[in-house]
Amino acid sequence: MNGDEEKMTVIVQTIAALLFPITLIFSFYVIMHGHLTPGGGFQGGAIGASAIVLLIVAYGVRNIEKRMKEENLSIFESLGGLIFVVVSIFGIFLATAFLANFLVGKAIFGQIPAWGEAPLNSGGVLPILNIAVGMKVIGGLSAVVMLLALITKEGER
Amino acid sequence: MKKIAFIVFFAFLLFASIEMREFGKPPSSVKEVFPNANYDVTMDDRIIGKYNASAEKWEYGAVEETGANNVVTSVVFDYRGYDTLGEATVLFTAIAGVMLLFGRERK
Amino acid sequence: MIYNLPFITVVLLIAIGMYAIIFKRNLIKIAIGITIVESGVNLFLITLGYREGGVAPIFTNLPPNISPEQIPEKMVLPVPQALTLTSIVIGVAVLALILAFVINIYKNYGTLDANKIRRLKE
Repeated sequence: MNGDEEKMTVIVQTIAALLFPITLIFSFYVIMHGHLTPGGGFQGGAIGASAIVLLIVAYGVRNIEKRMKEENLSIFESLGGLIFVVVSIFGIFLATAFLANFLVGKAIFGQIPAWGEAPLNSGGVLPILNIAVGMKVIGGLSAVVMLLALITKEGER
Repeated sequence: MKKIAFIVFFAFLLFASIEMREFGKPPSSVKEVFPNANYDVTMDDRIIGKYNASAEKWEYGAVEETGANNVVTSVVFDYRGYDTLGEATVLFTAIAGVMLLFGRERK
Repeated sequence: MIYNLPFITVVLLIAIGMYAIIFKRNLIKIAIGITIVESGVNLFLITLGYREGGVAPIFTNLPPNISPEQIPEKMVLPVPQALTLTSIVIGVAVLALILAFVINIYKNYGTLDANKIRRLKE
């Protein structure tokens, strides 16, 4: 059981290794531009999870599970949820209510775009919440797929 | 018995879809639906907003209130933020359930 | 009648999904039926929010024939789209949990037939 028999062919492994960073960068692009273009935390997170699923399919789930424990993915997901709640609680103290957008109108992140402009540093706390939800979806979906693949392999043995 | 229940359900759905309002024409003002209302702009038009081209500033709307160009993102994370928080809780609970079913017994 | 074609499509999707849920006995097919019902509900929400000739409610890279005077009338409604976004993610989470339960049931009972797994396992 060294895991070599569940790898796919060399062609698939090479293409997966080439496509993995590109897919991850595209996922980060979709998450970071969530307040400007179509997309956001959920969609970018699903793209990032699909990058990890590509690795799982090409290299076999046991080889990936040695390097990328699903406990670490779960910790990553919980970290995203924690950032979401903490940023929301900041709204109570710095503004009026829970989940209030306390950064809008400020100089750094709260620039209000005019017609036809699309500055990246707009949106207040929305990019931070997008990143938090993106972390949550990447960790959660990859952990679920990894667990389902592992339990299917256990059944074969 | 199952077949009768299914046919009644399907007939009710089909009747409701034929009697639905016309596709592509949502009500454009509140007074079409509630004549006694004392305001006119519907919720979605209020959220999309209005731009004053001569003064080059927003009169009201999502871009002026949240600073984001994408109106759907500002609805998801700002106007309906509690909804997103609950949805994140559902995601967390489902993944915790999968881990509870499968995570322990591999050790 | 023809202008209500999207709503009739929604009804057909929900009917196909409910048929699979009611009449099929395989648990995987029931899960597929639940997913089809979910797709019908998502399509219904998007259909409710469509406005004739509207573009997506995003102010980055608008089409050049949209001017600021005709803004609320030329955009589709944003709130149903946000609800659909939430609904899709909840659907993915619920589907993952359903499949986990189905795998567990198959490991314990050795079958996926919904009629055979009703008895308690001794």
